[in-house]
Amino acid sequence: MRYLPLTDVERQDMLATIGVPSVDALFCDVPKAAWRDKPFDLPPHQGELQVERALAKLAAQNVPAGSVPSFLGAGVYRHHVPATVDHIIQRGEFMTSYTPYQPEVTQGTLQYLFEFQTQVALITGMDVANASMYDGASATAEAVMMANRVTRRTRAVISGGLHPHYRETTATHAHFAGFTIEQAAPNPSVDEDLAASIDDKTSCVVVQNPDFFGRVRDYSALAEAAHAKGALLVVVVNEIVSLGAITPPGEMGADIVAAEGQSIGNPLTFGGPHVGLFATRDKYVRQMPGRLVGQTVDADGRRGWVLTLSTREQHIRREKATSNICTNAGLCALAFTIHMSLLGETGFVGLAALNHAHASLLADKLAAVPGVTLLNDGFFNEFTLALPKPAAGVVEALVRTGVLAGVPVSRLYPDRPELANLLLVAATETNTEADMDEFAAKLQEVL
Amino acid sequence: MSTIHYTKSHEWIRVDGDTATVGITAHAAEALGDVVYVEVPAAGKALSKGKEAAVVESVKAASEVYAPVSGTVTEGNPALADDPALVNKDAMGDGWFFKLTVSDQSELADLLDQAAYDALVAESH
Amino acid sequence: MNEWSKAISNFTTDKLGVSGTYSGHRGLQIEEPLLFERDSEGRCGVDLPELPKAKNRLGAHARKGRIGLPGISEPEIVRHFTRLSQKNYAIDTGLYPLGSCTMKHNPRLNEKMARLAGFADIHPLQPVSTVQGALAVIDQLAYWLKVLTGMPAVAMSPAAGAHGELCGMMAIRAAHDARGETRNKVLVAESAHGTNPATAAACGFTVEAVPANARGRVDLAAMKAQLGPDVAAVMLTNPNTCGLFETEIREIADAVHAAGAYFYCDGANFNAIVGRVRPADLGVDVMHINLHKTFSTPHGGGGPGAGPVVLAAALAPFAPLPWVVHGKNGFEVLEKAEGDAAQAFGRLKGFHGQMGMFVRALAYMMSHGADGLRQVASDAVLNANYILASLKDDMSAPFEGPCMHEALFDDRFLKDTGVTTLDIAKALIDEGFHPMTMYFPLVVHGALLIEPTETESKATLDRFIGVLKALAAEAKEGKVEKFRAAPTLTPRRRLDETGAARQPILRWTPPKEPVRDTAE
Repeated sequence: MRYLPLTDVERQDMLATIGVPSVDALFCDVPKAAWRDKPFDLPPHQGELQVERALAKLAAQNVPAGSVPSFLGAGVYRHHVPATVDHIIQRGEFMTSYTPYQPEVTQGTLQYLFEFQTQVALITGMDVANASMYDGASATAEAVMMANRVTRRTRAVISGGLHPHYRETTATHAHFAGFTIEQAAPNPSVDEDLAASIDDKTSCVVVQNPDFFGRVRDYSALAEAAHAKGALLVVVVNEIVSLGAITPPGEMGADIVAAEGQSIGNPLTFGGPHVGLFATRDKYVRQMPGRLVGQTVDADGRRGWVLTLSTREQHIRREKATSNICTNAGLCALAFTIHMSLLGETGFVGLAALNHAHASLLADKLAAVPGVTLLNDGFFNEFTLALPKPAAGVVEALVRTGVLAGVPVSRLYPDRPELANLLLVAATETNTEADMDEFAAKLQEVL
Repeated sequence: MSTIHYTKSHEWIRVDGDTATVGITAHAAEALGDVVYVEVPAAGKALSKGKEAAVVESVKAASEVYAPVSGTVTEGNPALADDPALVNKDAMGDGWFFKLTVSDQSELADLLDQAAYDALVAESH
Repeated sequence: MNEWSKAISNFTTDKLGVSGTYSGHRGLQIEEPLLFERDSEGRCGVDLPELPKAKNRLGAHARKGRIGLPGISEPEIVRHFTRLSQKNYAIDTGLYPLGSCTMKHNPRLNEKMARLAGFADIHPLQPVSTVQGALAVIDQLAYWLKVLTGMPAVAMSPAAGAHGELCGMMAIRAAHDARGETRNKVLVAESAHGTNPATAAACGFTVEAVPANARGRVDLAAMKAQLGPDVAAVMLTNPNTCGLFETEIREIADAVHAAGAYFYCDGANFNAIVGRVRPADLGVDVMHINLHKTFSTPHGGGGPGAGPVVLAAALAPFAPLPWVVHGKNGFEVLEKAEGDAAQAFGRLKGFHGQMGMFVRALAYMMSHGADGLRQVASDAVLNANYILASLKDDMSAPFEGPCMHEALFDDRFLKDTGVTTLDIAKALIDEGFHPMTMYFPLVVHGALLIEPTETESKATLDRFIGVLKALAAEAKEGKVEKFRAAPTLTPRRRLDETGAARQPILRWTPPKEPVRDTAE
């Protein structure tokens, strides 16, 4: 067995040192009835070649998004990841290290997390960010629970434009943790006004920008309305590249930003692992969930980094912790940090402009298809089309022609027949104009 | 003439007539280690005996500070926000947490005097 | 002078500085500034395609100000992160004996497989017909987990161990609710990982600690006295965080079930028994499995992980969405609480779970097979007992062996030496070993918890044992100063954690313009 260094001779030596006749004797505390003498009914060990062959066969049963014209978004976006990113995250010193509890031997992890925190704070326009969460959906639920702690209130108002999975995740936490959420209905045709739903029991208002349907809005007035009632504004971002082009939440008065960072540095990977981003104002930092890296000095006075404000966390506070989160998304955060540092100001803004331009071109091409209506004319890199018939069937028909056409809204809102004809379409820098023309032509064919 | 009382949870309370000052004992401060953060109650807050009144944190530990008696907070120590180390340097003096007006003097009878508290500390060693 | 040279000069006390060199570097230990401290005008690490002409639809929402990100070229970026990496200890560099963390070798085959385009480049909302292979991976991994644990169902979506705990406790709450029972209390072993009480609290339960007995196991009598109609669940880790198998596990399970509660087992230490013992045979109702521990997916400096949760039949109907099921035309995904999934308690994260981790874990399982996984547990337990037996006379073990996959010591051997558990850990760093877990579990004074895992050779263990023997002897000889100063050979010496927490600096900020003295 290639992963196990001990030889039988060594095992016998070690047993002699321990003073037991066999390894089985070391398991003497296991109840007899639960002890298994024989291997389980599973296949025996295999060499690399066989495992590789078997898994490659399964991989071949999928259609990679990059192998066809692909326009899916809805919270996960296909971007080009520079080769440097995947090379560096596979360095064993990063990949096979643990959470940096021993700062003297993990300055590498700590420094990149400090850089990550700074990048996230800069692009969101917030004061401070943590060292990452599982994903955007769980970060959103954590944001609401944090707002509940800050305001000591238990009622959250949720926008109809929040990603349905984020809504469901937040609702699940609300059910079990015992807080209330008031969810506005998803309606891509009206500009909802949540200010009227805020009262003096409201802990926070949760909006998404660009929202699930792709609309970009200014939430400054909503922030003021929330603050006037003592509530917080939580702004969720699905497509983090958008912050290279649109006004960041921090400039609108957001108190907490919960975001999905997958677009920078991380592949689609069927939806995970991705990286949740979480940022807030300085004054709320002690109510923040998750790990934080801080700057300090060592015994010689040299600058260095440590995990800090740990008393918020489960390993110290136990049942009084701000969250039960322990593992985060360290390596995905590293991928984000590397990609973002390669982009820099020029690259990030340029990438955002490119995404917007591609989506804008695509919208024009698709809106020209007879029977197709562009629902929202203001968007970043994703928009909603109204089709003359149910979008799910159209997407299935297009798959047969070799185009991954987008996400039918009904996939995420199966219970809302009024949304059945809507199709979410995203374009990124990876889509060529030829892809777009092919999509438009084939859409016309199948309608 | 002020009198000092102690709790089993290592708070001290110095009483001057109706008003009193509360902090944590030098023994508690030493056990916590270097204090890095203190959250004190705001003036006007009503406290009940034995209930959470403040929070004190070191790098590796966090602890609630309980109200030794019931009363209304008149002042939280503003100096602790900038200099939490005062708790380590002068736990019984400049490192005080909050002042309150005592609502029920009879509650003081349940507290420990110096000798009883010293005995409690000695026992835990 | 750029920011970096300013930053360097800040560290130096004289011309040569504390590093003893003019550069601030020390041989292979190279000082590296923050990304934000470089001269960055006019550089970029990517070349983007030309921007096509298109209608701008952002209007008033366009970003106005600068973001403040530095521009850096690719070679500088590669060097920056490579240098940072060299300041890290990792499994790839040496023994990483963190107790309860299972820092085993991370096979590179797993990485290669996870990067196949058919797994890495598929969108979670593609039509189900285009992702049958991905769903097959989820289904196969689920099958292995079910066979290895003896449990009938598994929830695949949780993103980490703590997330899995949340999933398990929510399923328990949902099951009680479905029966119309109100049970608000959860009993948690005193020796439990901090996530256990934090999770129970996050699900709205009150938490009560179950004491340990003198043998380092759960005090069964005390637990029975705590059980009652208000108890929803008992949370234990087995093998527990003292590295011991709970000998009365069946009696514990029976008592929990007799009280109408569920038995949550924290699966953090599954590596000790994988392929040898099925949790179902111990009476466990629900257990999360850290794929990043037992099944070798990389820890990545703190994630990403994956925490699938195996469930007994009574809890299975409440598993969160989505569910992967066998349908008429291959695999289907249930994403809505209806039909078979009508009682699903909700959703814990976006999409389908940590697919990238599933592929790695499955590659690991297939590589080992049923026979190899048995050997994993055997060697993990053998290695830990070898350490316990070799060091028990030099250090102090609080409980009688044998242990399972990790060996626990306390600090009695340091009594009156002036040397602490922390000092021993820091001295180990200078010897080229990562420290063990310190001060956990809390039930032992000054705990040192050593988990070698099965992927360490006897030669490595012998060197580690030799070093610990020598350090224990030095501590007893009273060489306190050496311990207090350690580590001295690392990129940084002990860091001021108190200062970091008192005046938190959590991000880089641009240096302030010097303030002009208007008073002249």
